[in-house]
Amino acid sequence: MDITSLDIRALSEKLGKKELSSTEATRAYLERIGKVEGRVSAFVTVTPEEALKAASEADSRIQKGEDVTPLTGVPIAVKDIFCTRGIRTTCSSRILENFVPPYDATVVRKLKDAGAVILGKNNMDEFAMGSSTENSAFKKTLNPWALDRVPGGSSGGSAAAVAASECAASVGTDTGGSIRQPASCCGVVGLKPTYGRVSRFGMIAFASSLDQAGPITKSVKDAAIMLNAIAGHDPLDSTSIDAPAPDYTASLMSGVKGLRVGIPKEYFIEGMDPEVEASVREALETLKALGAELVEISLPHTEYAVAVYYLVATAEASSNLARYDGVKYGLRVDETGSLLDMYKRTRDEGFGPEVKRRIMLGTYSLSAGYYDAYYKKASQVRTLIKDDFEKAFSYCDVIATPTAPTPAFRIGEKLEDPLTMYLSDIFTISCNLAGIPGISLPCGLTKDGLPVGLQILGRYLDEETVLRAAWSYEEATEWHKRRPNI
Amino acid sequence: MKYEAVIGLEVHAQLLTDSKLFCGCSTKFGAEPNTQVDPICLGLPGVLPVMNRKAVEYAVRMALATNCKVNSRSVFARKNYFYPDLPKGYQISQYTEPLAERGWLDIDLDGGRKRIGITRIHMEEDAGKLLHGEGPEDEAFSFVDLNRTGVPLIEIVSEPDMRASDEAQAYLKALRDILVYLEICSGNMEEGSFRCDANVSIRLAGSSKLGTKAELKNMNSFKFVKEAIDYEIARQIDLVESGGKVAQETRLFDSAKGITVSMRSKEEAHDYRYFPEPDLLPLIVEDEMVEEVRSTLPELPQAKRERFVTEYGIPAYDAGVLTSSKDLAAYYEEVVKETDEPKASSNWIMGELLRLLKEDNREVRECPVSPRGLAKVMGMVKAGEISGKIAKEVFEEMYRSGNTPEEIVKAKGLTQISGEAELAAIVDGIIAANPENVERYRSGKTALFGFFVGEAMKATRGKANPQVINKLLKEKLGG
Repeated sequence: MDITSLDIRALSEKLGKKELSSTEATRAYLERIGKVEGRVSAFVTVTPEEALKAASEADSRIQKGEDVTPLTGVPIAVKDIFCTRGIRTTCSSRILENFVPPYDATVVRKLKDAGAVILGKNNMDEFAMGSSTENSAFKKTLNPWALDRVPGGSSGGSAAAVAASECAASVGTDTGGSIRQPASCCGVVGLKPTYGRVSRFGMIAFASSLDQAGPITKSVKDAAIMLNAIAGHDPLDSTSIDAPAPDYTASLMSGVKGLRVGIPKEYFIEGMDPEVEASVREALETLKALGAELVEISLPHTEYAVAVYYLVATAEASSNLARYDGVKYGLRVDETGSLLDMYKRTRDEGFGPEVKRRIMLGTYSLSAGYYDAYYKKASQVRTLIKDDFEKAFSYCDVIATPTAPTPAFRIGEKLEDPLTMYLSDIFTISCNLAGIPGISLPCGLTKDGLPVGLQILGRYLDEETVLRAAWSYEEATEWHKRRPNI
Repeated sequence: MKYEAVIGLEVHAQLLTDSKLFCGCSTKFGAEPNTQVDPICLGLPGVLPVMNRKAVEYAVRMALATNCKVNSRSVFARKNYFYPDLPKGYQISQYTEPLAERGWLDIDLDGGRKRIGITRIHMEEDAGKLLHGEGPEDEAFSFVDLNRTGVPLIEIVSEPDMRASDEAQAYLKALRDILVYLEICSGNMEEGSFRCDANVSIRLAGSSKLGTKAELKNMNSFKFVKEAIDYEIARQIDLVESGGKVAQETRLFDSAKGITVSMRSKEEAHDYRYFPEPDLLPLIVEDEMVEEVRSTLPELPQAKRERFVTEYGIPAYDAGVLTSSKDLAAYYEEVVKETDEPKASSNWIMGELLRLLKEDNREVRECPVSPRGLAKVMGMVKAGEISGKIAKEVFEEMYRSGNTPEEIVKAKGLTQISGEAELAAIVDGIIAANPENVERYRSGKTALFGFFVGEAMKATRGKANPQVINKLLKEKLGG
């Protein structure tokens, strides 16, 4: 049996029955990493010692039958944006290359509390800025389905690691689609919960009002299991929602009979990849066949989403990244010059081109005289986009769209053209602006063998319906069982 | 006067919470550098601010005490700038939607009472501080101490309602008195717990147009505030008179030279790129909280002063001194309650008590003599047990030793001698010993009466009851 081919649910069952120990599973994953990592480059840091220690603790928990959860002993990975106590956390940036946090992100703490074994930290676009994981300061992650292609971004390392079975699941972050878009590119499941459903504490900020952590898994049920572990109010994050989190696995099986699935006409656009469109249309037919009702809806402000996103996100980023100044931690360049020289050289050498581009955009849009025209206007349009969804959800229960307009593109293909790159997230961005939950799950393969993703969006805090619709589709199809040959 | 000054003050007050505005670190003053910090106030990657409710309550207290409208919803914003003492690269403050607005405060001036408008009160976190080249080898380096980072402040912004430095000083003192009365700020200017910037401009008297203002910083005492404003007004008048123009700029007060010097011009002024803080939800202050805070507001200095004058019939000057601190006022009221002698109590406190405290540099609450102890001494004088003069001696002894007045009087044999027979013998002795003076007195030199009283006091080491001595001397000397 290939342990690493199992999903969380299957692995957890074997661990529970003691057919397998966590130590064995962890070793298997470490071996797998040793075998494929040279080709995929999904990790910035692998922590075998800590993982084996956690595995042995999990084994003793299982032995004693104490505090056992569906994640106890399950080897997972987390994006290198989450602070890990005593383990270097770089955000794939030179400026944090040597940063070792003295605290765990709440997400990490909750996963550890649930007994999960953390294998290491996944590569990402620097500070989560990008849609291809080509912006990492350290390495480019490759798509396990086609090694000349990108895994998507910014959680490309996390998605590729799951797709290549280097971990049973991972946790990424999604600011404008950074969980769903790479999940789509890598043929796995990626869930962005409602903004505030999962704590942001210890998650290095890109755009605070949009950032959201969520799981990347091999199946929808696994996504529910992971969400159960990480969701909930955190007193350390004032924006985390103070409402009890339900058991997300409980309602998966209720089916989609009578569920109204909204199809936004603005999302099936001219110029979209025909194979993507065909796969998604077919997926919609499948949902209909399962008893769902398809209704056409409109999200009229969709065309402004990308513009609004790049104003709001860059404005917040320019502020969030001001702390990397060479004074207290991380990189410091030039001890001899003036203070301003030190700031400038540290930031010049520490940040990559995409990060600099966004800091400059954000600084500009917040400057005196431009605030009203840019940031403020963007905030107003953001409200309109939110209202669009609210209106749409009076006609439907979930909304289904493609996750990305194309399958994974070739490495370097869009790197020199940031504007085209920004359009990779065109279908995912609105969801972050509105703060609602969304999932991407595999719904096809192109004739080149590249995964296509179906996106399902739901009402604010209604992850349950999103997961239920996704699970019904998944059960009815085989796409999620397809693995890249690597 | 051809010109008049227009002055507005921006006052920063550090709130007396035990912990910082967004984390649990201590706010205690004077600790070793960087010992009162955690990942949150250091702004380490990924950490988030969590609001200190006590700080909100304190800020609301000040808002109500200065007649401001407390906004039920206020919003925190980021004020972005680079400086090594600002770990996040931005300061969390309030900007377009502050906690409270549109208040006022009355100040008492020689010419009467004046109302100063308060534009707004908002909450913010403090920055750290830089220590420049502290050791002999360290001249080229600056060190960062982040203990103060994240300490809760309120900023109180006045309307440009003041016209002279003494008005600014009176306003500032009134603000500090209120903050201290509310027990939400130590009011200590030297420690930086109470800081003030002044916006100063001049215009032709009678004009309603505002002139170009200069912002004065770095004034860390009431005296310096007055000096800096006076200097600045004179400088601006000279400038305008000699055909120049006042530049909008920030100026520092050099207290050694007594002048203000340019720090940065408007052109170099920061663009703070304010925007709403996405890590904090809007601050909602419920009506119930406002009412609860209102119900616990203490009597404020001005009201107390006025009450002392009407209730106790003491002069306004006395009331001013006695209400200069809440503790002193409470002490006074205790004494009056025991003695029912408002003016005598005031005299004792303003005289003996404050003199001794001042000598020792002590606060009223550290006074070793309780209000009841003072009342007892006053009672002994009233009952004729000791003389007023002896009473002062007893009081000082109580202050030094902590003993009761009875103990002191007994141990030192200070009981007043009031017995006529005993005193008559002493008076007889003095008359017998000074025949010449008796003669001169009787021949009309009545000013010598004091000499005989003095002799009697000397003979009894001050213990003789002066009234009895007077009576006896008058009888025996005749005339």
